[in-house]
Amino acid sequence: MFFIKIGKIWQKYYMVFLRGLGGTLWISAVTIVFGTVLGLLVALLRMVRVKPLNALATAYVELLRGTPVLLQLYFFWIGLPKFLPMLGMTDTQSVVCALIINSSAYISEIIRAGIGAVDAGQWEAARSVGLSEKNVFLRVILPQAVKNILPAMGNEFISTVKGTSLASTFFVPELITSYKTVQSATFLALQSLTIAGIIYFLLDLLLSWMLRKLERRLQESD
Amino acid sequence: MTDEVIRTVDLTKNFGSLEVLKGISTVIHRGEVVSIIGPSGGGKSTFLRCLNLLETPTSGEVYFQGEEITGKKKNIAQYRRKIGMVFQNFNVFPNMTVLENITLAPILEKKIPRKQAEEEAMALLERVNLLDKVNEYPRKLSGGQKQRLSIVRAMAMQPDVMLFDEPTSALDPEMVKEVLNVINDLVNSGMTCVIVTHEMGFARSVSNRILFISDGVIKEEGSPEVLFASPRDPATRRFLSMVL
Repeated sequence: MFFIKIGKIWQKYYMVFLRGLGGTLWISAVTIVFGTVLGLLVALLRMVRVKPLNALATAYVELLRGTPVLLQLYFFWIGLPKFLPMLGMTDTQSVVCALIINSSAYISEIIRAGIGAVDAGQWEAARSVGLSEKNVFLRVILPQAVKNILPAMGNEFISTVKGTSLASTFFVPELITSYKTVQSATFLALQSLTIAGIIYFLLDLLLSWMLRKLERRLQESD
Repeated sequence: MTDEVIRTVDLTKNFGSLEVLKGISTVIHRGEVVSIIGPSGGGKSTFLRCLNLLETPTSGEVYFQGEEITGKKKNIAQYRRKIGMVFQNFNVFPNMTVLENITLAPILEKKIPRKQAEEEAMALLERVNLLDKVNEYPRKLSGGQKQRLSIVRAMAMQPDVMLFDEPTSALDPEMVKEVLNVINDLVNSGMTCVIVTHEMGFARSVSNRILFISDGVIKEEGSPEVLFASPRDPATRRFLSMVL
């Protein structure tokens, strides 16, 4: 019975779920890309030998790791339109901003650890041949750090995809919002949840597989 | 031998409350080969690392070809391009092939066209007998091969002086010789070298001058013939009696 109903719901509402999947996909992609860029910047700030910048970056990370994501989402959802009304941010944009900022804190820690794990001798050797600090970092250190970082980063990406579900609290169009829509139309909660769950699971399975492939490719040099 | 390449004036270095260098003044002349010997922890490596500012001296000055490089706001990378360095632990770049290790800095920092940089790298690899490894990654090289690669990587920048920081200390005994031979070749080609080493026989045969550094100061210096045969300082005598 249960599975037959799932089939029926899927037949009737698959477009709702697919639209939700679309939302989850773009929110995840934007969060991962901008979260990584921002995370790299924060990681760099934590490593520079300028005390105030350092302290600022540390406070940023601690604050974001030390409070619930949902609280941060509410904070941005209410706060952004209130304090920066000139940006004219929609609910979705405010919530995505919060997701980016939240994931940047975790990503910065992963990147910092990965860079720290590169042997000190590599910095010295790269400097000794006269590379500029920029090239030391971008050409020698970062590529080696990426290899250290990738497994932890994969974890973070996967949990980012699942974390976007919190956006449903604000009726941002994504998979859990789709579930809510279908559930209220059909009153078949478990069946709709199962469909959303299968989609999440397949999505993260695909992401894991892609990351494993990338890891293997990077491992080729050692 | 009047041309000076490196001059240090009253160089000191503290790590916290530990005084590692307590005032070292010396001059390295063009074409000279200077070996630095002395007990572990005496400051040999720290001194060498101050010469290209991998360590920032606590006080004192370092001059490269007459220009002070210890001042603030100096573009250190620009001087390092002319000061090659070889490390105890090789520090070759594991994420690059042998060829990329060598051509990285010439292409990026000296703006040498890739083709030319690669040709020069191949010529250097041939000199140290590594031409067959040109497209390998370092993980496939032995310790001796890695060290020869790191020497070539430094040479590719056509430096005016080479610094060697215990270049054979991390090698298996059978590989020491192949690396010493390469250094010997460099010396014969007229390269100015400063070598921190525990290989007394090598220091004796290759150097014009020996610095004995202990307790953060140059206790004694002189030609290898004089210093090894009739050391004056009691610390030098004690050290030599233990290692020879």
